[in-house]
Amino acid sequence: MTAPQTETTQLNGVNVGALLDAREALEAAPQAADFTFRATSEWIDGVHTRTEMNGFFGLGEEQSRTKTFTSEMDHPEVFAAPDAAPTPVEMVLSGLAGCLTAGVATVAENRGIKLRSVKATLEGEMNLHGILGIDSDVRNGFSAVRVKFDIDADASEDDIAALVAQSQKRSAVFDIMTNPTNVFVTVNK
Amino acid sequence: MRQATVIILGAGQAGLAMSHYLTDMSIDHVLLERGQVANSWRTERWDSLRLLTPNWQSRLPGFGYEGEDPDGFRTMPETIGFLDAYANHIAAPVKPETEVHRVYRRGDGYGVSTNKGDWKCRAIVIATGACNIANVPGLAEALPKHIHSITPLDYSNANALPKGGVLVVGASATGVQLAKEIQLSGRPVTLAVGEHVRVPRSYRGRDIKWWMDKTGVLDMGLAEVDDVNRARNVPSLQLIGSTTHETISLNSLQSIGVDIRGRVMGLRDNRVQFSGSLNNVCSLADLKMNRLLQEIDNWACNAGMEGDLESPYRLRPTQLPAEPALDLDLNTAGIKTILWATGFRPDYSWLDLPVLDRKGRLRHQGGVVDSPGVYVLGLPFLRRRKSSLIDGVGDDARDLSAHLSSYLADARSRAA
Repeated sequence: MTAPQTETTQLNGVNVGALLDAREALEAAPQAADFTFRATSEWIDGVHTRTEMNGFFGLGEEQSRTKTFTSEMDHPEVFAAPDAAPTPVEMVLSGLAGCLTAGVATVAENRGIKLRSVKATLEGEMNLHGILGIDSDVRNGFSAVRVKFDIDADASEDDIAALVAQSQKRSAVFDIMTNPTNVFVTVNK
Repeated sequence: MRQATVIILGAGQAGLAMSHYLTDMSIDHVLLERGQVANSWRTERWDSLRLLTPNWQSRLPGFGYEGEDPDGFRTMPETIGFLDAYANHIAAPVKPETEVHRVYRRGDGYGVSTNKGDWKCRAIVIATGACNIANVPGLAEALPKHIHSITPLDYSNANALPKGGVLVVGASATGVQLAKEIQLSGRPVTLAVGEHVRVPRSYRGRDIKWWMDKTGVLDMGLAEVDDVNRARNVPSLQLIGSTTHETISLNSLQSIGVDIRGRVMGLRDNRVQFSGSLNNVCSLADLKMNRLLQEIDNWACNAGMEGDLESPYRLRPTQLPAEPALDLDLNTAGIKTILWATGFRPDYSWLDLPVLDRKGRLRHQGGVVDSPGVYVLGLPFLRRRKSSLIDGVGDDARDLSAHLSSYLADARSRAA
């Protein structure tokens, strides 16, 4: 909500004070809490796509950034593609890693725990019989996702486990991946 | 139109405790009760239920336990008997079988319409309880018609359910107790588990409620928690009151064959979808339990009790299937009944005052409702962690009766 600023009192560079202020403000003004995030994409060639992300809606109005972010997705050579970029499912893992790690840092900041390093290794297991249409009993997506954190911090094992648990509890991407979402795909005329 | 200085709505533990303090201060009052004393305990609880607090701890102001079994857990008939005895002991002016239809502002006081005529008063105490309505998620509307859908308020015992599988949704005190009872009746139970609070029945030889009482956890007040809203919405502890003092947990339920799944997140045709967050909600509960046990250990150490106690230990972490199933076909699984143990909320449909927030909750500060002379008792963490317990409502009633008394005195001096 507010541009991140590193204050000397911050342990991990997360402006928790601003987040807590935002929480209070959004509790008092529930409509301002309705956000819409967006991305646009364009096909390049083959199975290669570029996505752009800039504007979103929130705090009751359109929000724009000074910079447009892009990401590209392609498929590896074993899928007979040129491997120009990561696959979309790797981007999904990447989104989960980004969300959980941000959560770990934020919760640690709020709990006064200084982090020295936070590394995550993610695996998404997938049986290709799903997307190739070989077996209708096999789902297209991941059958399981495993995330392993290595965290170095001045805290007990249980306190570090609690950071990771709390991060999952408040994570948007964890929720998106663990719970069903209605997805509406239409074609503009 | 009849009148009383104060009208107390409800003659359960909360209304009776308030009556005790008002009588002490010679403040004229009546209790309007839709049924008999302890009505919810009489009519809205399942047959086998026992209180989750030991007998010695289920006290009301000026009225403790004097029986032979201080560590036992009261049955429903015993609980009703206790409240009846208290009502007699304090000579509570109860008007039974009096259903309140509407409470409204009337001059500088309030009007109360009932099935037995109208009343007016200067002040109102809402003591109608926190569990009048069972929460049922909206997706229940999409259930196939042949599935029997019930709430704990409708449940009396397992044998009244159809033969066949039962999906119990919710793993707090109600959900785990009913999952056990239903599983043991020969109806295979699938239990959907969201966030929950795991505690052992006893720890180092003492009941968990003894520890929570001694260490001051139950007495914690509003000023001692950083998020009151969260504290008011903490799920009930996974506990059961029984003659064996057993601990009930997801581990104990799985050992008798209960199938554990994640939180119910969707329903499509005959398929229930569960959240993939089961592992995390169990981790959260295990970590939270261990923090509580550590606090107990620290307290016992500081209190110099170590010599009288078993050594500290930790419980086995919650064991889960390696790959918990994410959906359930109600037909192929043979599920005949869904029991929604998904919490309760109060009913304020009769309350014609602008005191509810956007989620239908009463706006109040520690029980002082946002309308002059209106008070509420018996809600979770109203003023203290123990506010919704029989043992906790007495302190709240004492505090709020003092507030009420000065409100009446101020109103009198303004009028003079």
